[in-house]
Amino acid sequence: MNKLPLIIKREYLAKVRNKSFVIMTFLSPILMVGMILLIAYLTKLNDNEKRVISVLNESDYFSNSFLTTDTTSFVRFKDISLEEAKDSTLNMGYYGLVYLPNEADLEKVAKRSFFYSKESPSTSVLEKLEGLFKDRLRQERLRELGISAQQYSEMDSSYEMNISTFSGEQNLKGINEIKAVIGGGFGYLIMMFIIIYGGFVMRSVIEEKTSRIIEVIISSVKPFQLMLGKIIGTSLAGITQFGIWIVSGTLLLVIVMTIFDIDPATISGGGLNPTGVDTGMPSADMTMQLYAQELFDIPWVMLITLFLF
Amino acid sequence: MNNILVTKEVTKQYGNYTALKNISLEIPKNSIYGLLGPNGAGKTTLIRIINQITYPDKGAVLFDGEILKTEHISQIGYLPEERGLYKSMKVGEQALYLAQLKGLSKADAKAKLKFWFDRLEIGDWWNKKIQELSKGMAQKIQFIVTVLHEPKLLIFDEPFSGFDPINANLIKDEILKLKDAGTSIIFSTHRMESVEELCEYIALIHQSEKILDGKLSDIKKAYKNNIFEVGLEIENPDNFLIGLKEKFAILSSEYDTGENQLNFSVQLESNESRPLLHYLGDKANVNSFVETIPSANDIFIQTIKSRGISHE
Repeated sequence: MNKLPLIIKREYLAKVRNKSFVIMTFLSPILMVGMILLIAYLTKLNDNEKRVISVLNESDYFSNSFLTTDTTSFVRFKDISLEEAKDSTLNMGYYGLVYLPNEADLEKVAKRSFFYSKESPSTSVLEKLEGLFKDRLRQERLRELGISAQQYSEMDSSYEMNISTFSGEQNLKGINEIKAVIGGGFGYLIMMFIIIYGGFVMRSVIEEKTSRIIEVIISSVKPFQLMLGKIIGTSLAGITQFGIWIVSGTLLLVIVMTIFDIDPATISGGGLNPTGVDTGMPSADMTMQLYAQELFDIPWVMLITLFLF
Repeated sequence: MNNILVTKEVTKQYGNYTALKNISLEIPKNSIYGLLGPNGAGKTTLIRIINQITYPDKGAVLFDGEILKTEHISQIGYLPEERGLYKSMKVGEQALYLAQLKGLSKADAKAKLKFWFDRLEIGDWWNKKIQELSKGMAQKIQFIVTVLHEPKLLIFDEPFSGFDPINANLIKDEILKLKDAGTSIIFSTHRMESVEELCEYIALIHQSEKILDGKLSDIKKAYKNNIFEVGLEIENPDNFLIGLKEKFAILSSEYDTGENQLNFSVQLESNESRPLLHYLGDKANVNSFVETIPSANDIFIQTIKSRGISHE
């Protein structure tokens, strides 16, 4: 009579009934979904926070430069002193104050301009302001060279190379990077599984040694059979856990997203089952569909099967 | 074929250390065979070889006339000295698992377990976890698991350790019943009183070598040294003792004046006790006359000491 199935069954049941295993199995998806929720929440929070920056422009330039965007809006002060402007900015609770002094030419205005803020400003805000100044300076220099603002704005054109395979199918940019990320992800998972479940097997062997049942068992079965049974049993328990994680994680995610009305697109790669992308997106955008198609073409079944081994 | 197990020149080495050296034993069917020896003598190594946990470097083991092979595992029951159970598993489940590992079907195992649990009056333990049981209780479960598959050969390594006297007796009775039912039993121990009570045959292993084996009664006979303990009723022992000492080698004597009882031990030249009895019969009333037979403990200590090595 083959004793291997018996050993596998015992090892599997011993693992699955273990309290810490049960807790981990059901807690992990909750933690994972909680994490995604947190990320989504924080992303939303950042999105909603619109910075207001006041502008005191005493010069003759930059009158049309400070345009309100999604994240930043500008409030213009007029006919007040710099001190008054600072006070008002502080009192109104604005993020900061851009001060442009009255100077003879643009270069000097730019050189003497200041940004005042309560604390040191964030890099993104500074980059944005610096961009505005750079753009205006470039425009001015080009104007001196005889190029109008109209011509300047036309100068900036975007271009993307068309790419295709030899057989004529349209190719996608960046799909290789996505594939590499998926590959890396699986590699990481394999490593984690080997470490975690290797540890399980080790603990099981230690238990048999310390409880001294080992001698009773190896007088009935070969040590090789016992070890093989342990490894297979523990792997099966791992696969069960993994399966439960995927199913409950996806379910929870869907439920949470429906309740909190979160758009999956706001979460970048937040543990979503990648195959879910192609069904969930009603977008008519060709590129999106192509991406979905590409992801769909990845041999998921083979990947997961190989992963299990 | 009258032997259940025969070992021929079995040798086992661990590196430079020789654990067993040319051990040849013949263990008769339907007997209780005591495997004796001080700690570290090699008893457990020999038992592990019989259980195919490890293999001999030289020599052969025959089980019921055949070279020992994997299939024989189901015909051997082994209760190791270093024994334990899975602590977090339930008693019934664990017993079923271990029984199935020994080759019983689930239904068979269940029926037999029920029988044994009822017999040892532990039926209500079925759903308890091992960690809730005392050491003695766990030992009972181990005993059941060892004998459950009705093996031809049972090997008990220090079976009574961990049992209180009542349960030790219970287990001893069960061992005797198993023997009566036709099972052969190897019994490894250094507790000599249980050897006297149970074993018909013994082998003494010391420092990896067999130094003595055979039927316990024969060994005892061989170790007899013709010493007799005599009790007499006599009123004035002094003159009598002087006369006695001239004819026989008196080892010790003691007189109880209240009871007029003289007890002495005497060493005779041979097993022939009639001359002494004749001599005594004329002079006094003989109350007791017993030949001292060495106990297994005496033989054990004497043999090991005669080898010039002290017991560890």
